[in-house]
Amino acid sequence: MSDTGSVVIEADQGFTHSAGIQLAKFAGIAIAGLAAFIYLLWIIAGEAGSTTSGNAIDVENNSITIALREEPPQLDANRATDASSLVVLAHVMEGLLGYDIDAQLVPGVAERYEIRADGATFWLREDSFWSDGVPVTAKDFVFSWKRVVDPETASQYAFILYPIKNAEAINSGELPVETLGVRAVSDRVLEVDFERPTPYFDKLVAYLTYFPVREDFFNSTEGRYGADADMLLYNGAYLLTEWVHGSTMRWVKNPSYWNRENKGFLDEIRTAYITQDINAKLNLFKDGQIVDTHLLSPMLPTAMEQRWPIDRSMDGSVFYLEFNHRDDRITRNKNFRRALQLAQDSNELVYKVLKEPSYLPGVSLFPAWLSGVSESFQKEYPPVRHQMNVEKAREHLELARQELGLDEFPPLMMLAGDTPISLLSAEYYQQLFRKNLGLEFRIDVQIFKQRLEKMRQGEFDIVLSGWGPDYNDVLTYGDLFSSWNLQNRGRYDSPEMDSWIRIAQSELDPQKRMDAFGEIQRLLYEDVVILPMYERGFSFVVDSRLQNFRRRSVGPEVDYNYAYIDSSSD
Amino acid sequence: MLSYILKRLAQGILTVWFIATATFFAMHNVPGDPLTNDRAMTDITRANLEAKYGLDQPITTQYLIFLRNLSRGDFGISFVQENREVNDIIREHFPVSAILGVLAVIFAATGGVLFGALTALYRNRFPDYLIMFLVIMGISVPSFVVAALSQLSLVTFNNLIGFTVLPVAGWGTILHMLVPALVLGLSTMAYLTRLMRSSMLEVTSSDYVRTAKSKGVPATRIFTRHQLRNAILPVVTVLGPAIAAITTGGFVVELVFAIPGLGRYFVEAVQQLDYTVIMGTTVFYGAFLVFMVIIVDVVYGLIDPRVRMET
Repeated sequence: MSDTGSVVIEADQGFTHSAGIQLAKFAGIAIAGLAAFIYLLWIIAGEAGSTTSGNAIDVENNSITIALREEPPQLDANRATDASSLVVLAHVMEGLLGYDIDAQLVPGVAERYEIRADGATFWLREDSFWSDGVPVTAKDFVFSWKRVVDPETASQYAFILYPIKNAEAINSGELPVETLGVRAVSDRVLEVDFERPTPYFDKLVAYLTYFPVREDFFNSTEGRYGADADMLLYNGAYLLTEWVHGSTMRWVKNPSYWNRENKGFLDEIRTAYITQDINAKLNLFKDGQIVDTHLLSPMLPTAMEQRWPIDRSMDGSVFYLEFNHRDDRITRNKNFRRALQLAQDSNELVYKVLKEPSYLPGVSLFPAWLSGVSESFQKEYPPVRHQMNVEKAREHLELARQELGLDEFPPLMMLAGDTPISLLSAEYYQQLFRKNLGLEFRIDVQIFKQRLEKMRQGEFDIVLSGWGPDYNDVLTYGDLFSSWNLQNRGRYDSPEMDSWIRIAQSELDPQKRMDAFGEIQRLLYEDVVILPMYERGFSFVVDSRLQNFRRRSVGPEVDYNYAYIDSSSD
Repeated sequence: MLSYILKRLAQGILTVWFIATATFFAMHNVPGDPLTNDRAMTDITRANLEAKYGLDQPITTQYLIFLRNLSRGDFGISFVQENREVNDIIREHFPVSAILGVLAVIFAATGGVLFGALTALYRNRFPDYLIMFLVIMGISVPSFVVAALSQLSLVTFNNLIGFTVLPVAGWGTILHMLVPALVLGLSTMAYLTRLMRSSMLEVTSSDYVRTAKSKGVPATRIFTRHQLRNAILPVVTVLGPAIAAITTGGFVVELVFAIPGLGRYFVEAVQQLDYTVIMGTTVFYGAFLVFMVIIVDVVYGLIDPRVRMET
């Protein structure tokens, strides 16, 4: 900036002094006016969605305050697809079965059940009630499930009900909804017919898409089911009593919940903040405003300085490089894929590049926390011990070049998401493949939906992709690369893979079924369908007075159902 | 004057229509659509959803439908928040952004005028150097840095004191607003300070101030009547666009301080390709911006009669 004006008259001392006094007066008036105005704003703001903060733990009222990552789009369990809705619904609703504190399957609305080759029967308990006092009956499940598969509902999770007889046909509009293989024999007995044997059906019904919906209440909401706190009925350990969009929710203890001895110990849980900013969450935790937060590696020094007990958990997701197996792609060539496989090592990515202490190097599509027949799946079926071998990688690349009849490889497209971790990984692979194989990759960074659309259209050679589990069974990953799975966006197509997946879906003998998954794991490596990158985990901290808080690999990412306040441990 | 206002309004409506049209076609040309999701869906599910939202129509039909609804002020239902009307989202969340924005503008304007006048009075002396140094900082440091730093210092301060003096994040009481508003208004305050300083200096060396001095008008009267009043004009000019820019540009501050404002919806809608919310917020913000500029022009005419004469 420059001082303008040709003739500048220097203000004399006296002038400055008196003008300074004048200015001070103005400032005084301005501040007074400001204070009055702010007071006015305060009154107005009271009307517009307040989050009024409380403390993280209120021992006197037996309540806690937490932060949510996002505003749940709506709380219609039949249609929900996002993590935030799952967190809320897992506390205020209950399905036929649920998970206990150690993530083991336990009875929910159903007190016992039986799974046969051709179907299943669930016996419902007498003392499970909706929040308006009406008992939860088998009809509520029948209504809910029919609604999910009805193409009119357009539920994006309808596929999870496909094991039920005719579900897929109904969902594709080939059969009427009435033909769905589920019926209420009585108020307390629910009968299910299977399309094919489904030994893991008990794990499916714990998922939120299977939660009950009561018909008369649903109809009374006139299309606004799940849009507001009073547009839902609850049957979980907590009730949603207040929902101010974009800012706060209040979950209070459900006094009529049948299992209140074991679940729902807090009088109130308040979600007072909605933010994706992890630094803001850390600051809120530090200031004692929220009970827990997760940490990224740059925050760990701060956490250690504060002497917080740092815990960690796997979030369930596995991330991998997915190849485009379409005919016109170079990545269709197996020797080419083998070359890339041999030229990389996920240990290096995780330990030297990403440096997130809670991540595990990817060794398989099936993450370490999944269980097999009697113990961990990876223990029963150890994945191939991968060794990086650049020599051999170059040999395979040369074979691929000859098979494809190329003089040299053209630049290839690597599709990546816009998150920092995704970018870092993409850049690592880019330079790794350049150094080890002399291959050029162009990184195509896209935001979430654009990346998915490009994957669907097949506009990539390699994509940085990932998968999170829906239910606690190996199959939640196991069928990803079947030729019929819409999720298989690289269009991998192998009869051998398909036949193993069919066995994994329907085999009733647990050992034979797990063997099939073992074969799928072997094939994924031998045929180089994907290159596992890492299993994601989180470091997190939780207020030391809150006991039995859990972060989950399957189900809600944060679980306060079993949490209680122990004021003596500080 | 009336015909001038009417003319400006007509221009404004044309501008908003142009913004809406450009956004509409740009948005539809981005790969993917709001229905794209992590879990792939069957063709019939997609077809049903497309029919529900009218995405199965040709793009020109969709545009015409959009224009018809726009003329009625109806933006439709959000794709992501499936049961909420875009109008409700704007109605519920804009007031939050607006309150924050107004407070920020007040901070910016008061601070800008005071500091600007101060630097001009103490030109080339210590207060001038100090304030101008801070001004350069205020302009060049991006708001996400300032926001994160101020939040961090709040936490440190609270920890030091032992209880929460000012809340770290959230919304509801005036205490929640002070720091975010200050952060939001900071760069504007810095800009206004500079503007006020140079305009004050220009006025100080003008003929009428010299005349007033030679007439023997008291110094305070010269300062208030002749200097401040004239020097403040350029500040008023930029204030309108500044209000609009601050109110619509609070995304980062809203994110960091977990404030339920509209800025968050504006940005998230783009990431989620939520067509209806993108259109709703864009048109709303566009109209707001245009409207603010018109108001400033009119107010300017009231303050300075010369502007009125020219039109």
